[in-house]
Amino acid sequence: MSLDEATVARIARLARIDVPAAELGPLARELSHIMGWIEQLNEVDTQGVAPMASGGALNLAWRADQVTDGERPEDILANAPARQDDYFVVPKVVE
Amino acid sequence: MSDLTALGLCAAAAGLRARQFSAQELNEAHLQAIEQAEDLNAYLVTTPEQALAMAREADRRLAAGEARPLEGLPLAIKDLFCTKGVATTAASHILEGFTPPYESTVTAQLWEAGAVLLGKTNLDEFAMGSSNTTSHFGSVVNPWTPADSLVKLVPGGSSGGSAAAVAARLCLGATGTDTGGSIRQPAALCGIVGLKPTYGRCSRFGIVAFASSLDQAGPLARSVADCALLLQHMAGHDARDATSADRSVPDYATALTGDARGLRIGIPKEYRLEGTPKAILDLWQQGMAWLQEAGAQIREVSLPHTKYALPAYYIVAPAEASSNLARYDGMRFGLRVPGKDLIETYAKTRAAGFGAEVRRRIMIGTYVLSAGYYDAYYLQAQKVRTRIKQDFDEVFQSVDLILSPTAPSAAFGIGEKQDDPIQMYLNDVFTVPANLAGLPGISVPAGLSAEGLPLGLQLIGRPFDEPTVLQAAHALERAANFTALPPYLTKAA
Repeated sequence: MSLDEATVARIARLARIDVPAAELGPLARELSHIMGWIEQLNEVDTQGVAPMASGGALNLAWRADQVTDGERPEDILANAPARQDDYFVVPKVVE
Repeated sequence: MSDLTALGLCAAAAGLRARQFSAQELNEAHLQAIEQAEDLNAYLVTTPEQALAMAREADRRLAAGEARPLEGLPLAIKDLFCTKGVATTAASHILEGFTPPYESTVTAQLWEAGAVLLGKTNLDEFAMGSSNTTSHFGSVVNPWTPADSLVKLVPGGSSGGSAAAVAARLCLGATGTDTGGSIRQPAALCGIVGLKPTYGRCSRFGIVAFASSLDQAGPLARSVADCALLLQHMAGHDARDATSADRSVPDYATALTGDARGLRIGIPKEYRLEGTPKAILDLWQQGMAWLQEAGAQIREVSLPHTKYALPAYYIVAPAEASSNLARYDGMRFGLRVPGKDLIETYAKTRAAGFGAEVRRRIMIGTYVLSAGYYDAYYLQAQKVRTRIKQDFDEVFQSVDLILSPTAPSAAFGIGEKQDDPIQMYLNDVFTVPANLAGLPGISVPAGLSAEGLPLGLQLIGRPFDEPTVLQAAHALERAANFTALPPYLTKAA
């Protein structure tokens, strides 16, 4: 599998990572190399095999639908890059 | 006082109870050792004031006869565990300056058992790496050096700071996390014991997430008994981690019987990789003989999908990482690099905040989860993961444990294996399968390479069968009688 620069630019956009144009080529080669190595997974016959999505036997437990935590604005805002009163300050989202 | 750092956890616990020394003396000795070993870069932050306050409380309890199981014992915590009021960075620029307002469950349990926090240890950024060279705060240096050489070696990764700190006697034990070998591989490269428990055995609450279906916390220490003691207090159910197992924690110390009688040990033929150094193959053979002498039976087994474990891992782990690391957007915590609008702020923040390896894995993960590629890559990898799990299920019908080398080489030079990411990924060839299948695994130091560097042997067991893993590891440890010390210690003495 070979990834071209346009594909890498698209992935970078999806991943919200700024990649300068000059780095697209080298990154495309690097990712193609890794994906080429991963390609060997296609040799495995997985007909009728269920995908494994969890690290252990999933035995999800029920719990009461109750509020168990909260009322801690200072804790939540303690690491905010920018805050005003009890709010995070973020870039303008709606024009 | 410096010999207090040479004790094991269990021995130190006994010494404290017998009042041979105080918790304050024990912790001061370690804080002093850490200060003198800054060149190893094992710790990102130390917490001397907190450590001494905790030690004073320990001494009070010891005097009052109220000692808890880990009372006064100095530990290092991988800087991936959130520690309330103590900076937690995951060795990433994007979390620089982040101070958690809460404590991870595993560390909270350790403090409740009386342990003392010495500081937070260096790691590969977001635990992504096998050499500790991806840390934003610089590489950790392995206290081991090749015979007659001053070349600096990697401690392995990602729990490299923890492993180096344990090996260099900068703590009595440490926590690590293991997503693809990040406890066992550095333990092997630093000549110590490292245990990755069964997926779900320890709570993941408060641990910076890398790949949630693979991540598992575990102990690193200088003996199997010390690891058993730490696991005892790290393990357990936690309602705040829905994947933590709601089952009782057995008494691990009683598993250490000293023999391996009746155990059936499988040797997977697919683990005999071309190019493995002779010293590692010989040690593996020696390990079989040791276990046999301790009463175990050795038999060859087959895990046919072994060669697909690493490529499957490099789909599954990056996919989960790309999702987990989406939270680092510069809005609520961590680094923010302003752009002309919201999207540009995200993209600039993440470009500046993440290192090259983390960016690479997020990109791969994003790609394999994107429309049109999901089935071909992600779903196929998850199905291969099932195949790998089935291989183990099948083999565990006829054997109790699997024995293999821990890593395909001894510690290598800082800066080696950097040109090709796949060369670095291959470090985890023997450890990744246990993560994919959710199984417990341990690395025990068992011998030295031709250059005088430590080599480890790995034992893998059935889910939640840590007692049998520890039992055989203990037998292996006794037979191997690994007493070599890192040149860093002998040179200083």
